[in-house]
Amino acid sequence: MELIYEKSKPGRRAGRIPRPDLPVAPVPDALRRTSPPRLPEVSEPELVRHFTALADRNFGIDTGFYPLGSCTMKHNPRVNERVVNLPGFRDLHPLQEDEGAQGALDLMWRLEQYLIEMTGLPGISLQPAAGSQGELTGLMLMRAYFADRGEGEQRDTIITADTAHGTNPASVTMAGYKLEKVATDGRGNLDLDDLRAKVNEHTAGLMLTNPSTLGLFDEGIEQVAEIFHGAGALLYYDGANLNAVVGKSRPGDMGFDIVHINLHKTFSQPHGGGGPGGGPIAVRDTIEPYLPVPRVVRDGDTFRLDRDRPKSIGRVRGFAGPFGVFVRSYAFMRAYGPSLQEMSEVAVLNANYLLARLRAAYELPYGRLCMHEFVLSARQLKKEHGVSALDIAKRLMDFDIHPPTIYFPLVVPEALMIEPTETETKERLDHFVDVMLQIAREAADSPELLQDAPHSRPVRRLDEVRAAKQQIVRHSFGASPTASAKG
Amino acid sequence: MGYLALTDRDCDEMLAAIGVSSVDELFEQIPAGVRFRGPLDVEPELTEQEITALFERLAARNSHTGVELSFLGAGIYDHYVPAVVDAVLSRGEFLTAYTPYQPEMSQGTLQAIFEYQTAICELTRMDVSNASGYDGCTVAADACYIAKFATGRTKVVLAETLNPMVRQVVKTYAPGFGLQVVEVPHRDGVIDPADLAAAAVDAAIVIFQQPNYFGVLEDAPALAAAANAAGALSVAHVDPLSLGLLEAPGAYGCSLAIGEGQAAGNFQSYGGPHYGFLASRTDFIRRLPGRIVGETLDAANERGYVLTLQTREQHIRREKATSNMTTNQTLLALAGLVYLSWLGPQGLREVGEACTALAAYAKSELRAAGFVELFANKTTFKEFAIRVGRPAGEVVKAARERGVHPGYALARDYKGLDDALLIAVTEKRTPAEIDRLVEVLREVTS
Repeated sequence: MELIYEKSKPGRRAGRIPRPDLPVAPVPDALRRTSPPRLPEVSEPELVRHFTALADRNFGIDTGFYPLGSCTMKHNPRVNERVVNLPGFRDLHPLQEDEGAQGALDLMWRLEQYLIEMTGLPGISLQPAAGSQGELTGLMLMRAYFADRGEGEQRDTIITADTAHGTNPASVTMAGYKLEKVATDGRGNLDLDDLRAKVNEHTAGLMLTNPSTLGLFDEGIEQVAEIFHGAGALLYYDGANLNAVVGKSRPGDMGFDIVHINLHKTFSQPHGGGGPGGGPIAVRDTIEPYLPVPRVVRDGDTFRLDRDRPKSIGRVRGFAGPFGVFVRSYAFMRAYGPSLQEMSEVAVLNANYLLARLRAAYELPYGRLCMHEFVLSARQLKKEHGVSALDIAKRLMDFDIHPPTIYFPLVVPEALMIEPTETETKERLDHFVDVMLQIAREAADSPELLQDAPHSRPVRRLDEVRAAKQQIVRHSFGASPTASAKG
Repeated sequence: MGYLALTDRDCDEMLAAIGVSSVDELFEQIPAGVRFRGPLDVEPELTEQEITALFERLAARNSHTGVELSFLGAGIYDHYVPAVVDAVLSRGEFLTAYTPYQPEMSQGTLQAIFEYQTAICELTRMDVSNASGYDGCTVAADACYIAKFATGRTKVVLAETLNPMVRQVVKTYAPGFGLQVVEVPHRDGVIDPADLAAAAVDAAIVIFQQPNYFGVLEDAPALAAAANAAGALSVAHVDPLSLGLLEAPGAYGCSLAIGEGQAAGNFQSYGGPHYGFLASRTDFIRRLPGRIVGETLDAANERGYVLTLQTREQHIRREKATSNMTTNQTLLALAGLVYLSWLGPQGLREVGEACTALAAYAKSELRAAGFVELFANKTTFKEFAIRVGRPAGEVVKAARERGVHPGYALARDYKGLDDALLIAVTEKRTPAEIDRLVEVLREVTS
């Protein structure tokens, strides 16, 4: 398909803005633009058609089943889109005086109360823009906490699980900490002996996802918390998998001191092809003084932003946070009320149903009931028929099903990580099972069908190695591509 | 109840297939000591109609730019967002997709990001752009992380005329990065290139803003040259809507160009979500944070797009990644692309001309009414500061009682500027509205 730049014609345009009947203010010659940017020059009808054609080449949760493990691709309610576009929210300037933003501040305060109740921790910052920024913020809080106690130099190491999302170790490095990894035992829990050997007076904390990326709740979580707290260290909860345990088990009760919540996962902010997201953090009272500014404060019936917090780490993002995300997630929570607990129950039920029906055809590395997601391995299929997890993923596309997460977590070879979420019907789940079973049969009978997949998408299998080699990352307007021209 | 889809019969059949008698059994792997005995102490569930009514009540308690005549800017602006942006963003295929890990399912998002990267490169005259950052603040921290590894140095130099919020975010990130931050004071509203040159010695990076936080045009080519001469990365933080009129950072020698994208195609939304942009010369492509989309071929030799250079990223490189970023701001960047495509190069220039013409009118009317500019005889773009003769916060309060938000009180950010008011004028304002601003300011300061 053509790029919008390839549809451009000099002199054509879509939009016009009112031009005031005033003299143009001059820009000094030395600062004036010399050659205009080559932005698209298209008519409005062609503009709309272009992006409609692009949308047709995309697949969202609106299009079909999207069991992308660890991403919690649940339905995005449309009423949330309606309310976020109310002018009182959409056209509100973030530097509006607090008196002129009482509705927004009230909404943020209410959202905080829900997060406090669900995490079991009393202090909230809504500011982080994403889960990974929540992680980094959490590590900054640990640094501030230990510095205040005179242990800042001493505690220089963060421990992560070998099943951790890549964001955990990346955040550790960005926060200036050393990384230590702890192994997973045969049941999929943290290996407590390995942990005891590694936690000491240099440990600042643990970062853990629970349930883990294997979809398993850590059965030794109480001992894990004891080990860290006993050594004077802190526990950080990566909330990527919170959808499994809302109203069932609270991170604060598990012993975690700092938690991030992915609003774009558990609380249904649509992810827009990669973002936006929201990564609020919840903390124990001992950590609260260090939270980013501004904080939302309630004085009787009025609300204000508090910027004057001497121990705060500062700010990690502009303003109070991604407000539009708060509107949608709060609307989502209100649609459930106390039955948010049922949301997690059904997410776990759906996952276990798929697991029960698929385990005969695919290898299950940890033979336990799962939480909201589970990990299968295609190792046997690969050994016997030369069919990989990637091939299975591509073949699923031919049935209008988005593939699961593949090759993660790293501890499972040929991993297929499947998360159905709570919003699917049994018919959808059954259809997915039928397709997965058919694909397993095809792997034996006609493996090339998988190896050549997909067959029915707008493009065939794409060559990622070639992309990395040629480094064409922008349109060249007929010149030789930027990066490869320089070798 | 919420958006659940199973019937009681479905549940029974599924429990039977699993081989358990109740849902509770599925949760027995949670140790008894950490189970939440519930119920959650939250308000009862609402129907869609009740949610709409509740949110309408909350929204009604906000004074937005549709009910209050607003001259607030200071980084977020009330520019016009065309209807095509709403139309494209409401397509569920874009709205409800995850990150395009599976390119054959995601050509729409991927091609749109490739087109966005091209637009950012064209605006800034840079070689490469990432797929977006969180906002105009965090991209500055990203730039510092790039500079740390690109130069092996640890000093960060920030112009004091760089948005204070951007500086605060850099300062929050810096200790973890092992970087020290130095700020260069302004002289009469601008940075003196000689001051910058002195500060830039042994620096990893120099970040300045054009137009600067006061709305004033810096001698950006001289600032970039001073940074480059010291071997530091030179970074311009720019307003995308200024780049139809003002020279692009790539044309005056910057290593990177960054900025807040909100002005181009996003609503103000009380501060987010918006998008930050980050573009650089080719030299830094392997150090960029976040997603990058590249062109390739499929098995039938047709052109297509994929996430590329992923060996920079956290899911491959883990603790050695160039950033921990996964979620970015793709949907907001898509809005930016649609907006810039709607405007085209001619429209972009016209928006800049309209803003500067209206701002110049506001300045001259205020001058005629006896107000003094904070920094006299400076060229400004769409924003400028005046002195109002009494604490600006009080003036804002009094003006708001008359239905006009006259701008941002600079006292929060700068000592000694208690009576300074920063006034932003976008193309949405009219000369008549500016006359009203002048009238109200005169009333509340006399």
